[in-house]
Formats: sequence, C-alpha cells, structure tokens
Amino acid sequence: MSRSVAWESTFNQIAEVLNRYVQPGEQALLQLVAEESQFTRFNQGRVRQTGQVSDGQLRLTLIGSGRVCDRTLPFTGEKETDWPLIITALAEARQELPQLPEDPFLVMPQGAATSREEYPGQLLEAAAVPEAILTPLAGTDSAGLYAGGRCMRGYADSLGQLHWFETETFTLDYSLFTADGQAVKEVLAGNQWDAAQYDRQIGTCRQFLGLMERSPKAVPRGQYRTYLAPAAVADLVSMFSWGGISEAALRRSGGALRALQQGERQLSPKFHLRENFGRGLVPRFNQWGEVAPTELPLIASGELVNTLISSRTAQEYGLVSNYAAAREHLRAPEISPGTLNEADILKQLDTGLYVSNLHYLNWSDQPKGRITGMTRYACFWVEQGEIVAPIQNLRFDESLYRCFGDCLIDLTNTVVLVPEVGSYEHRALGGAWVPGMLVDDFTYTL
Amino acid sequence: MAMGFESDDMLASFARVLEGVDLPADWIGIRGVRESVTRRTVRDGYPEDNVRSLDQGAMVEVLAHGQFGYAATNRLTPEALRAAAAAAYQQAVAASALRIHSFSVEARPKVVGQYVSPQQKPLDGFSPAELCELLSKICRELKVSEQIVQTYATAIANQTESWFVSSNGSEVYQRLALLETHFSATAQSGSVVQTRSNNGYLAHSYQGGWELFPQAALWEQIDRVAHQALELLTAEECPTETATLVLSPDQMMLQIHESVGHPLELDRILGDERNYAGGSFVKPSDFGQLAYGSPLMNITFDPTVAGEFASYAYDDTGAAATRQYLIRQGQLERGLGSLESQSRLGVDGVACARASSWNRPAIDRMANINLEPGKTPLAELIGSIERGVFMETNRSWSIDDQRYKFQFGCEYGRLIENGELTRPVRNPNYRATTPDFWHSLVQVGDRNTWEMYGTPYCGKGEPNQAIRVGHAAPVCAFENVEVFGGAQ
Repeated sequence: MSRSVAWESTFNQIAEVLNRYVQPGEQALLQLVAEESQFTRFNQGRVRQTGQVSDGQLRLTLIGSGRVCDRTLPFTGEKETDWPLIITALAEARQELPQLPEDPFLVMPQGAATSREEYPGQLLEAAAVPEAILTPLAGTDSAGLYAGGRCMRGYADSLGQLHWFETETFTLDYSLFTADGQAVKEVLAGNQWDAAQYDRQIGTCRQFLGLMERSPKAVPRGQYRTYLAPAAVADLVSMFSWGGISEAALRRSGGALRALQQGERQLSPKFHLRENFGRGLVPRFNQWGEVAPTELPLIASGELVNTLISSRTAQEYGLVSNYAAAREHLRAPEISPGTLNEADILKQLDTGLYVSNLHYLNWSDQPKGRITGMTRYACFWVEQGEIVAPIQNLRFDESLYRCFGDCLIDLTNTVVLVPEVGSYEHRALGGAWVPGMLVDDFTYTL
Repeated sequence: MAMGFESDDMLASFARVLEGVDLPADWIGIRGVRESVTRRTVRDGYPEDNVRSLDQGAMVEVLAHGQFGYAATNRLTPEALRAAAAAAYQQAVAASALRIHSFSVEARPKVVGQYVSPQQKPLDGFSPAELCELLSKICRELKVSEQIVQTYATAIANQTESWFVSSNGSEVYQRLALLETHFSATAQSGSVVQTRSNNGYLAHSYQGGWELFPQAALWEQIDRVAHQALELLTAEECPTETATLVLSPDQMMLQIHESVGHPLELDRILGDERNYAGGSFVKPSDFGQLAYGSPLMNITFDPTVAGEFASYAYDDTGAAATRQYLIRQGQLERGLGSLESQSRLGVDGVACARASSWNRPAIDRMANINLEPGKTPLAELIGSIERGVFMETNRSWSIDDQRYKFQFGCEYGRLIENGELTRPVRNPNYRATTPDFWHSLVQVGDRNTWEMYGTPYCGKGEPNQAIRVGHAAPVCAFENVEVFGGAQ
C-alpha cells in the first residue's frame, strides 16, 4: 500500500487550526478513523476478489450552551480537500446547536493529555499477497480473507488533548474444508508477516482436517461435558459487550449480569475477566479523549468488581467513570488462565464434546443471561480421552451463569490471542486473550 | 482539483476520468457513492444522538486477464481516480494467475438509466428542533407507568446517490431517499425486564421522505407498545410444547431473511462465504428440483416495489433489476446470484450484486425478498387453530452456517385456544430446521394481513458489509413447531 498520505500531520494541523475557530463557550472534539488496507478474498484456494481501500472518517463534535451535536465527514489526509468540509461542518453544527434540547448528561472533555503510539509492521506488498497466501494452501479447498495495512485512530479537542494510535497489522482469517464440507478454521495475525509461522499453522490445520474426514456423528440433544477452545470462549465473552457488562444496560435495559450485580447468582471463583490495554493492540483513549486505566478488573473470582462505566453513564447516575467507551463494550478483554494443561485436554474431557468454534450467538433470554448459538468448524465427539469423530453441528442454549458458574470445571493454563477480524465500515483492531474452558453439562437443544 | 460531488454531472466527470486512463484492461468502471445521513435519537426524553454524516468516495474496478481488481478512495480528484485505476489494474494482474474464474465483460453489461426513490416530502423537511420535540414526545407518551424504565425513539433520514460509468458505455445514476424510524419501551418489575418495540429495531425502514413519519396511527401504536411492555411483566412464560405457530409479518421478515434469503444466495452455495457467514444446505442441483416448502409458499425477489427499502433499478454492476419468483408453489426456481455468480455456477439468478458503499466490492445480496399473500383472512386463520401461539416482533435470531437449524425469539406472544387469541405470553421462542419448517406452512394470510418492513443491517462478506434489505409478508401459520419460553 502507498504510504503517501500524511494522515497524522494533516490531522494535527487541522486540529490546531480548528481550535482557532472555536468561539468562547464552545468546545470542539475531533475523532479520526482511517485505514489503508489490502483485502484479498479467496475460495477454493483461488482469488475471488482483491483490492485496496484508502478511507478516513472524521467526526466533529461541537459542544456549547449545554448542547452537543456531531458531524462526520470524509477525511482524505489532504488538508486542502478536508479543511473546507470541516469548516462548513463547523458552521452547520454551530447553526444547529441552539435548536437542540439541552443534554444533561453531556460529557465535557477534561485536561490536556496527549499520547502517541505507533506500531510499524512488515507486511506483504500488495502484489505479493495472492501467491504468499495461496501457494502454501495448494491442494486444499480453502476460503478466507487476507486484510492488511495501516490503521489509524486519532483524537484532538479544543482543550489541547491530542492522541494518536497507528498500527500496521494484518489478519489472515481462513478455513480448510474436506470434500463433504467439514472444516477447520485458523487466524494468523500480527505486525510481521512470517511465512514459516504460516506454514506451521497450515500443517496443524491439515492434521485436524484429517480427523474431519471421518464420518460425522449425529449427537442427540442433551447436556454434555464440553471443552470450549479459546476461539469459542472468545465468542461467549463477546456477549458481555452486548448488554452484558455495560453499566447503562444493567441500569435500564435488562443487562445480562444484573443477577450477578444483585447477588442473586454467582459465577465460578475460577473465572476472572479484566480489561488489559497493556498489550498495545488498541488505543486506550475513547471518544472524549479519556485514557482508560491500563488494567481494569471486571470479574474477580466470580464476583462483579467493576462494570464498564462511561463518563456519560457516570453523569446520569452519579457514578465514577472508568473511561469506558460510549457503548460500554469490552475493548481489551482478557480472561485469566486456570490450571488445565492443554496437552491433557482430551484426557480431562474424558467423554463429551470438543468445540473449537461457535457461530451466530444471540441472547435467548438476556436478563437471565441465556445465550443460544451453534457449534462450528472442528468439533468432535470424544470418548475416554480419544477423538471418535467430528459432529454434525449442534445448537446450544445455555446460561452464562452455568457455563461461567456452577458448570465451569477449569480453564487451561495458557491464554492465547483470538484476534478481532471484523471489518464492518473499517478494520477492527485488537482481540481477546482467553484460555480454553472445560464445562460440565453444556446444554444442546437441536 | 477535487471534483467533489457538487457537480451536476458526475457521470460526465467520471467518464472524462475514464477517457484519461491508459491501461491495457478489458474493462474499467467507476462507482461513486455519496451518502448523507441525519440521525436523531432521544432516550427517556433526553437527547442521545444528533448526528449528520457525509460519506463519499469511489471504487474503480478493472478487469484484466479474466480477474477483477479494485481500488477505492475518498480522494476524488481525477489524478487520484486515475491512480486508483492503475492500482486496481495491478491488483487484477497480480491475482490473475490464481483467479477462481475467468470473468469477461459480460459480467458488466452496458446499461444507461436512472432510478429515483418515490418521495413526497423532502428529507430536510423537519427542523432539528421539530424532530427532537417529536421524538421527545414519543418518549413521554411511552412512559405510561413508573415500571417503564427506558423509552427510546430514533429517526434516520438518508439520501444516497450513486454514479456508475464504465469503459463499455454504462451510465447509471440512482438516488435513494430512505427513512428509518423506531421506538421502544422497556418495563421492569424486580428481575423481570421486558422490551416492546414498534415491530423491531428499525423495522420501519422504507424508501421515501417525511410523508412516512409520523403517520396518523402513531399515537395508538405508541400506546400499544407501552402497554404491551407492561403486560409482559405479569404474563406467563411461553409454554414449552409442540404447537401451531402463527407469525406476524414483522417476524416473518426475519424468518424469510434468515431461512430463505441467505440460503438462496449463490455466493454462499459457491462457497465464497464459507469462512464467514457460511454456506447453504441448498445445492446447485436443487434449482428447478427442490420442494423448498409447502405449495402455499411463493417467494419473490422484487426490487420494483414502490417504497420498499431495497428497491432499485440497477445493481452495482449495471444489471437491470426485475421481479423474479425464487420459489413458486413451494418449488425452488432460482437463486440470488449476480451475473458473476451465474456465470460461475451456471444457474439463473437476479440483479443482486450490491455493495454496502463505495469502499466495498459488490457481492450477492438479497434486496427485497417477499412472501406473496395468500387467501385466508386473519379471523379465519386464527379461528381454525385449536391450540397455538401467535408471535410478534423479532428480538433474537440465530441460525447455523448452512442455514438449517434455527432458533428465533420474539418480543410478544399470545396463546391461541379454541380458535381465539387469549392470554399474552412472554419470552416466546421457537426452533426448527429450515426445510421442515417451510413444509409445515399450512396457512397464508390474505393481502389485508400483508405488511412491509426493512432493515439496514444485513451483514455478510469479507471484508464485512452491512446492507439494506426489505421484506414483506402476510401472517402465516406453521404446524407442529417446538415453542418455548425463557430461562427458569
């Protein structure tokens, strides 16, 4: 990808100039999301679609007289193109502001903090991507997406806060298939393309794929002892970000952890969840320029010790903000390891289901913490510590109070990164650091 | 010099850019998109969102050596677009030796035309103050009791314009006027929390202007939503049993979307989506052969319905859009596949190559997928059922990667006993497999029961894309379905 766009310097210049246009009693905030990305999509080990995207979106927030409004507009990184749009947007926002109702919970930025993080990478050149990702997959039926390039996040405001986060990363999210459609999934991600690591990963996938060649077993609905591999655990934990651990959701819309907060239900003392920004995968600043603590324990020994509280929720309910994002979702989740040795997983599972991935999770009863979803990819029936056969996919419908509570046997003694591979509107960053998890009586319903 | 989008003749501007591109390509196209959105949200009477957005950019697509490559940029100078064309060409060339299929210009037919959404009142017809006051009033009216712990109202006005020009002479302009509205009330009593909304989140998504909102029935609908939220607090749980399930059109929307629309997408059947959204239980040989459901099932792909959310005249590759039966009298006839998918799979498709914006390539999408009305009046339909559950408004959806095993939940249920709607039930859910479910379709309501909805959030594709779809359906009855309630 071209590095010709001066995203950061243009952002900084515009922030500086914009501040001169802010009138007394006003505050202006700027947030930037930008990327230069290569996307190469493949199916049957061949290229389906390939291209590049250069995109930037700037959000201008104007605060004045207890009111707030926002404008989002294209940001090209070229000041002569961007500035006229911004100054027009400022004028429009200034005209609109008096027409809006006062916002009793509006968040005023504070202080003059600055930060800058940059994580340069060594990625594949665009022209080299098809061969580099597909040659090692030769002879396989594979499908997936390589997404790589620079991702930028910026924040500036009229008080002088200025934050910049830039990282050059890739994700290669792919699946290998047997002739009858059974599959194994992997994700390779990082700042450095490492062909040898990719080869090793594919080698492991091929081994698993060999197991998937066995005739799949139709497991009847019921409750089974289940090992949830890290990717499956990450999927379950993602539900905490959807009306789970948000203080606002707990206060007024049936947040799933309310029973835990009220002391009506417990989670296992083996379960610990925290936000950990120390790994540098995502920016610590939020849309008000607030910098989250490096670490924030959320669930410790099964007890809810913190919820995610944005400054807006804090204003509304008289709480202390922990500088969560406005949506109060997990940005850098990490589950603590347990004591299970990964090499002994099948032995510890004994008889039951080995579930590598889950799919399409949703609340089936959110206030009660009940989640439904499907098993997907390499999932096996195991008997007496031996893999017997892959399974026909099963639907589960289970309460988080059981799988992270009474039924949690233990977690593996290592955690791995399950990278975030989403790319709605723009490439997402980060991921979840999670162990695998052994649970009893996991409920399958179809 | 930036072209911007002020020009009255973007088609001519893009055509001039193409004239200046000197590449040994078989085909080059530019698709420019400008999307202007105003979103206002009020929660509990307080402002939550007052956002106006502008997003604009262009994707240049190049066909060379049988492979398409693309480059998308929001820098709209002729120089930047020509550079994008060169980059797209390089993308195509670099991938051509490993291409999945050798495409030809037939995948990008020459087309000239335009489409403009039906619209009576302009999208800027409401001042910010007027709209905020209306949304605040909705919240106030929803607060019918102290047990209502959250009220929410939002309105989103969207104008999206697109310009498509190509080296083989295509010139298409389309202007969509889109209005999405929503309101809901959440009620709480102790540990019981129930939300009732106006047909589901942003289900009132249509093409048109402010003539669509507010309508005369708004205040009655608000009263119904608020009181049904309260009603659910003391309602019994939906029973766990096998019963006749009657679905309202606002739940049929989701049912059609997940268990008919997605499995019929040819790119899923071709395997393109296997790493993300999934594949399909439908096989290529099923077209023209498979009895998908009961003979009462008639499903159309129809981007010609005036006011439906995903209507258009041309897809994003220039294919002209027409109404087509996908399933007729239960028999599967054709799939949802673009010219590219049709050429790869060798089966009939529809004009459905669509991109979520300028920065994503077109893929197979649903547009409007509708269940055609039957002949049974609602009273007759309910009156014929001895024991059943009537479910309204989706709140939970999950289906497997082959679109086979599903479980859906609704906001509001009501028992049907001896041919009459009786007590409300809360947390109504049901589960089934797709073929069994559609074969159990035993009654289809008449046109008086037929309602039209939409959603802006159909997710699919790598890189990911969320796109608009519309779905219309009558009330329908399904026999012998597993229904159940919430957690004990």
